[in-house]
Amino acid sequence: MKFAVVVFPGSNCDHDAYHAAKHVLGQDAEFVWHKETSLGGADAVILPGGFAHGDYLRTGAIARFSPIMAAVKRFAEEGGPVLGICNGFQVLLEAGMLPGAMLRNRSVKFQCEHVHISVEQTDTPFTVGCRRGQILRIPIAHGEGNYYAEPDVVDRLEKNRQVVFRYTTASGEATDEANPNGSVRNIAGLCNDARNVVGLMPHPERACELAVGSKDGLVLFESVTKFVMGSGVIFRGQSREDHPLAETVLQK
Amino acid sequence: MTPDPLAHGLSQEEYQRILEMLGREPTITELGIFSVMWSEHCSYKSSRVHLRTLPTTGTRVLQGPGENAGAVDIGDGFAAVFKIESHNHPSFIEPYQGAATGVGGIIRDIFTMGARPIALLNSLRFGPLEDPLVRRTFAGVVAGIAGYGNSIGIPTVGGEIGFDESYTGNPLVNVFCLGIARADEIIKGTASGAGNPVYYVGAKTGRDGIHGATMASAEFDDTSAEKRPAVQVGDPFMEKLLLEACLEVMKTDALVGIQDMGAAGLTCSTCEMGSRGGAGVEIDVSLVPQRETGMTPYEIMLSESQERMLLVVKRGREAEVERIFDKWDLHAVCIGHVTTDGRMRVKNHGDVVADIPNTALTDEAPVYRRPMAEPAYIAEAQRLDLASLGAPAAPGQVFQRLLASPSIASKRWVYRQYDHMVRTNTLVCPGMGAGVVRVKETTRALALSVDCNARFVYLDPHLGAQLAVAEAARNVACAGGQPIGATNCLNFGNPERPEIMWQFGEAVKGMGAACRALAIPITGGNVSLYNETDGRAVLPTPTIGIVGLIEDAATVAGRAFRTRGDAIVLLGENHDELGGSEYLTVMHGLVRGKPPALDLAREGALQTLLVRGIANGLIRSAHDCAEGGFAVTLAESCFDTGLGAEVDVAAVETAAPAFGDIATLFGESASRVIVSVGAARTAELVALANAHGITATAIGLVGGDRIRISIGGRSVIDTPLAEAERIWSTAIDAHFESRRAIA
Amino acid sequence: MRARVFVTLKPSVFDPQGTTVAEALHTLGYAAVKDVRQGKYFELDIDATSADEARKLASEAADKLLANPVIESYRIEVATS
Repeated sequence: MKFAVVVFPGSNCDHDAYHAAKHVLGQDAEFVWHKETSLGGADAVILPGGFAHGDYLRTGAIARFSPIMAAVKRFAEEGGPVLGICNGFQVLLEAGMLPGAMLRNRSVKFQCEHVHISVEQTDTPFTVGCRRGQILRIPIAHGEGNYYAEPDVVDRLEKNRQVVFRYTTASGEATDEANPNGSVRNIAGLCNDARNVVGLMPHPERACELAVGSKDGLVLFESVTKFVMGSGVIFRGQSREDHPLAETVLQK
Repeated sequence: MTPDPLAHGLSQEEYQRILEMLGREPTITELGIFSVMWSEHCSYKSSRVHLRTLPTTGTRVLQGPGENAGAVDIGDGFAAVFKIESHNHPSFIEPYQGAATGVGGIIRDIFTMGARPIALLNSLRFGPLEDPLVRRTFAGVVAGIAGYGNSIGIPTVGGEIGFDESYTGNPLVNVFCLGIARADEIIKGTASGAGNPVYYVGAKTGRDGIHGATMASAEFDDTSAEKRPAVQVGDPFMEKLLLEACLEVMKTDALVGIQDMGAAGLTCSTCEMGSRGGAGVEIDVSLVPQRETGMTPYEIMLSESQERMLLVVKRGREAEVERIFDKWDLHAVCIGHVTTDGRMRVKNHGDVVADIPNTALTDEAPVYRRPMAEPAYIAEAQRLDLASLGAPAAPGQVFQRLLASPSIASKRWVYRQYDHMVRTNTLVCPGMGAGVVRVKETTRALALSVDCNARFVYLDPHLGAQLAVAEAARNVACAGGQPIGATNCLNFGNPERPEIMWQFGEAVKGMGAACRALAIPITGGNVSLYNETDGRAVLPTPTIGIVGLIEDAATVAGRAFRTRGDAIVLLGENHDELGGSEYLTVMHGLVRGKPPALDLAREGALQTLLVRGIANGLIRSAHDCAEGGFAVTLAESCFDTGLGAEVDVAAVETAAPAFGDIATLFGESASRVIVSVGAARTAELVALANAHGITATAIGLVGGDRIRISIGGRSVIDTPLAEAERIWSTAIDAHFESRRAIA
Repeated sequence: MRARVFVTLKPSVFDPQGTTVAEALHTLGYAAVKDVRQGKYFELDIDATSADEARKLASEAADKLLANPVIESYRIEVATS
């Protein structure tokens, strides 16, 4: 299968996502410059971390107007798996592909450290390979990862089981101490209504090899590979309903 | 306008020389150009005669001093390109931007060489954190380093921070960057080939930073605050675009040379590139993209606006280069061309406003052999009479006080703000010893450390500088790295004072001697003089950054113990050496005594032993004994592991018997390392150490939940690990809690 | 024509930066400062023939880019000078 790693001016985890997909996972991967209008037949799209357009104005605010975003939206509407990591998550929020917004961390500081997150939902392309409640030890590195949405929106997210990852203790409790940035209800990541677009603040691509501290993040990349290739059918371009995994994976 | 040489920081003699070189009065633009190029910061006029004595060659050296950065061969056709640089003065005036632009500047030095930057480190010095102004500076500097490095996506993987009263009004901000290039594709900052176009690319030029270079060459006084407009503002986003675009341009062979516009901006890059290439450069400032209106040629030539590069491109390849910059939304503008006459000619709408031989600004800049005199304080400060200090406090109490000392305490408050993992190469994170990054193109890794114990240098500059080299090299060896190259950042006071110049001369001699003995070439660096406030100099701080090569990235050691039941072995010997120690400073407020003795041959043997022992998997963890001595080092080996330790060491013979325990536990003898080894292999390690001529003593075992130290069977420290770790890990945070820094 | 756009967090949204500034002011002795809300301020130099036209354009810009309606609200002033 082929990953497209979108490169915005200011993306800086693009090489890391590429390395994880191509060299650790062993799948095909390609960088796609933000001025492109096509994803080049990719099976999954990664919006990587960084500070697209300098994060000037607001994180992710300008990137959503990049030409490639029209293609990413189309790809998502057709059911294609899209993963936004950190700044990529912020871009998805600004683009309206996921609900809510990011505020400054409650520490008002950039924070880089390992945290624990629990996998709350396993019926997304990026978590099909996880156990429900599985705890992942994955680093965060952000200054604005304090997830916010209006209470009714959060309630709806919970009701629709769209909260995919939550900050927890090592043993899986979503306590306030385990919440590194003040995110509402410890939300670390979520998916859209259709469940194929996932965004999270922690960096799974930085946790794919034990040498760099953890390989807990690799399961997200393995999951989407399984999702795309699971039935031997490459996903590319099919509508969500037609997809062979639609029944098992995309059911609500 | 009548040029005023004195207002430009030039002496009358220097002005006379300019008149002779030009054969006429300089224009105002020329005077400005001379003033920045002949400033201490750009010309190294006071330091050059000393720097020439440093060892700069070696079989691995691909690029020594004189270029934007040094480079050493790391095998498989790759080179490590690295350098350290100071941004002290700007960081005092505006901590956030001063530190941020320091990071930006050193990153440009590295990618200018054709290397992709993969790691940053920093060495910082501040006054005591009790001072609110210091806390503000400290928080601002850390935020600035984070703001720039994190944004551009280069991990900050290590560093060191020290505190002393003398840095209160003059903090030190030294930033180190390392990049990886193909050894045969290193790019030089040179202009050649008559008629080749000269391109300007990057941010537009504004009036910011004019005379930054001359500011960095003058002491601080009460009017420094008025120099505020001279501080530059960094734009990491612009630099990220420049970085990617330049690396892409370098992959073509359309480039002749490239240099960033750092200190002295367009002036420095133009004449240095011409000088290196033995060519001339002619530019027209009216073509330079400008951010402000009505800028004069003088202002354009002296502006230190950040994130700008000067390129010489092969004639006929312009479109190719312009296309790449366009892709990154950068506008490359042709502002001139290379000539054959060896002159820097600056025009403004076609009229010549400056016409100077390049060499007058570079090779023929003034060089001073400034007078040196041993300062009166040395003899007095080296005298240490422990007995006069009265009875020492109990070891357990001293232990806790030292763990809470900001120089020793955990710097997590700081490095948590740095993205230290981006690029997924970081094998050893900050706070765990030398920073270690793997080199993805190879199976190797690089261990990086920046160090300087300035108290030792103050007490004995020659020995102190040797100790700094030894410590930095030992730190990379503790990770398993063979030291292969060094870069230095020499922070001193006013060189016009013979005492300061003596400190400088002695320190450079010591640094050279140590690097020769340990076979570590110095491939470049930076000198920062005039670090004084109201006539008081900072502690002499010759910081050294060392790069160590780890042959197999899978065999890296950190400071932390790994396995319960492992044997703890002390490599090296404890001596009666409390001179210049953290103990004396923290417990008695003293910077006194002779620094610890150093046997460079034994130090080299110790490092060889460490590299071999780690490479063959014998040594599982290694931690260098530095500030706080043996006891603090043992504690740090336990922190972040949940593993305690129980050891018993022999008493040190002391001149003042009451200080026997103190000297044993907290003395700072050089060439000592605490290592852990699988208990069954203890004898093997001791034998290997002895074969290297190193004393190795098995002193105890890893395990339990306490730190227990006995001297000759008598318990002297017995503290719950959790308590020691709490003191150590919260000491710096405590200065910022409930009184958040006013950023 | 100059339009000024003031973007602020909605009252219901927690503002950690504003809170930090308020705490800093308190440590400086300004106990009278009860609360601080931090926002953004934009000056748009607009080529428009009437204040209404400038306001309309600034409002569009704010809706589309300058403010994030999830967390922020905005206010516009048009200076005719």
